[in-house]
Amino acid sequence: MALLEVNDLRTYFYTRSGVFKAVDGISFDVSKGETLGIVGESGSGKSVSSYSLMGLVPSPPGKVVSGTALFDGQDLLKMNSSQLQKIRGKRMSMIFQDPMTCLNPFLKIGFQLIEPLLIHDKLSKKEAMKKAEQALEDVGITDVKKRLNAYPHEFSGGMRQRVMIAMALITEPELLIADEPTTALDVTVQAQILDLINDLQKRKNTAVIFITHDLGVIARVADKVNVMYAGQILESGSADAVFDQPTHAYTRALLKSIPSRFEKGETLYSIEGLPPNLSKELPGCRFQYRCTQKQKDHCWKDARFPEYADLGQGHQVQSCACTAEYLKEAQK
Amino acid sequence: MKKPLLELKNLKTHFTLQKKSIWNKETLKVHAVDGVNLKIEKGQVLGLVGESGCGKSTLGRSLMRLVQPTSGQVFYDGQEVTSLSMKEFAQYRPKMQMIFQDPYASLDPRMTVYDALAEPLFVHKIVPKTELVAEVSRLMDVVGLAPRFMQKYPHEFSGGQRQRIAIARALALRPELIVADEPVSALDVSIQSQILNLIQDLKRELDLTLVFISHDLSVVKYLCDDIAVMYQGKIVEYAEANELFHNPQHIYTKSLISAIPIPDPKVERTRNRIDLPGEPQSPINPGTGCPFAKRVGSKTCSACRDGLPELKAMNANDDHLIRTCHVEELIG
Repeated sequence: MALLEVNDLRTYFYTRSGVFKAVDGISFDVSKGETLGIVGESGSGKSVSSYSLMGLVPSPPGKVVSGTALFDGQDLLKMNSSQLQKIRGKRMSMIFQDPMTCLNPFLKIGFQLIEPLLIHDKLSKKEAMKKAEQALEDVGITDVKKRLNAYPHEFSGGMRQRVMIAMALITEPELLIADEPTTALDVTVQAQILDLINDLQKRKNTAVIFITHDLGVIARVADKVNVMYAGQILESGSADAVFDQPTHAYTRALLKSIPSRFEKGETLYSIEGLPPNLSKELPGCRFQYRCTQKQKDHCWKDARFPEYADLGQGHQVQSCACTAEYLKEAQK
Repeated sequence: MKKPLLELKNLKTHFTLQKKSIWNKETLKVHAVDGVNLKIEKGQVLGLVGESGCGKSTLGRSLMRLVQPTSGQVFYDGQEVTSLSMKEFAQYRPKMQMIFQDPYASLDPRMTVYDALAEPLFVHKIVPKTELVAEVSRLMDVVGLAPRFMQKYPHEFSGGQRQRIAIARALALRPELIVADEPVSALDVSIQSQILNLIQDLKRELDLTLVFISHDLSVVKYLCDDIAVMYQGKIVEYAEANELFHNPQHIYTKSLISAIPIPDPKVERTRNRIDLPGEPQSPINPGTGCPFAKRVGSKTCSACRDGLPELKAMNANDDHLIRTCHVEELIG
């Protein structure tokens, strides 16, 4: 059974300029030891969906309007804050993009690291510090005793991200949500951090939700992939299936536009235009405004949205007119 | 060989930090750029790559004299420009322009697009006052923005559009040389390829010479003729783009290339990576030793016992330059 099962999650933001449907009906699941990659452009709702699960959507203006998220049988979205607090930071935890804004500059690393242990595990400070030393060693930081007494500004970007990971993993959570954990880092440090998350996941059989806009990173870490666009999942499936047989027009365009697949001087394939305004009514396929394979009226007249076609082995794609057309072509 | 448009000779930019104490005469110096020799021919695109903190941005700023180099010379079109007074240097300003990384920070929020684009035209008297509007709309057209947006403010545009405005501003003075400092790093994947295509097209049409600074090697490979790899203020390898990617010599170049995640899960699972451990050493008073020895955790190799070797051609009459240390070594 899956550790986390999300069903028809919708998170809207009620602002003066209208209702922004940041996440509009997404469903997915993650099992133990598995990595789910969520890929999408900024504004596609990939971060908001994970914030909704953690109960971190600022309210107002944000509100989870509908959906269920069963974590080990309990619905995260129906919990009150004290119930959530028992799970958050203990059984599920999160790594954020920017490690500088997520660490308190006034507190020593050691104190910040042991906080979840003091709250959730009711350990004494001494025991907690021992565990913190081990946690820092696990993420490859040397000279830990001295490091525990240092402040965040004394660490470099990569080191801070390691501390964040150590902090997220110190209570041995069953689910780890990593929201663009390497976007702010150099490629060399990124490679180290990805290896680190991978190692720790294997050792502790953690389920990981990995959010990024980098398809290369997804290819490296993910077992399963959700491709998000304008608040919906357009395509999902195993990493191999999505990369080898991309079916939705957006996934195909996204994979086509990777610069490294082009020779020098060639014109890059680019998706023209911008993502749609989520505060407007968007009937039909959300990608139709930028889609080059648009089937005229079908794209917005189609009332079936969002409905998914099953391509076998968990590979699902939103069934719009052009995916149907593409599949027909592919069968020939 | 053609006469270079821009030539750097032993360029050094050091920043002095606070003294240790008022009684201690010893000062701390950041060796941001530490003895760089480069030649850029007219119409060439030179890529500068390296991790953050390696001095690539400072190098870009030094050759524009946005920071004053500590020593060394910059020749523009045969004329030495570092020793000119700012007044004398002003005549070179229109010829060399810069595009910055963050289009949210590089545009004045209180100036409309028209104000931002007309200002340099007016100051440098490029066109008569009566033709300002026509010239601004021509510029907007060149970068793919509709001239009807002329009276809008930066906040009304998306990131990609803002970067287009920044590019238009750089083009306003009809420069010969453009230094682009990470112009696409802050943009989304689908927008990145739009901007890269624009830069590529403009380069061709206007016969621009480009210095393209980036940490993203896949982008650099696509756009640049030659690539210089920087580490701790020094160039460690220099070669034609394809040569550098297919025949990298220095361990640092190799690890940078192998750290780029490849967007294909099958390749990612099987490929051999050279992981560079740790992070760059602090550039404060780096001393004379080889900066790699500490990084790769090994002793100095046979070549760099007396400090970093000189940048030399690999074979005679070869354009592939390298500092021949840590060439053979493989880590992990």
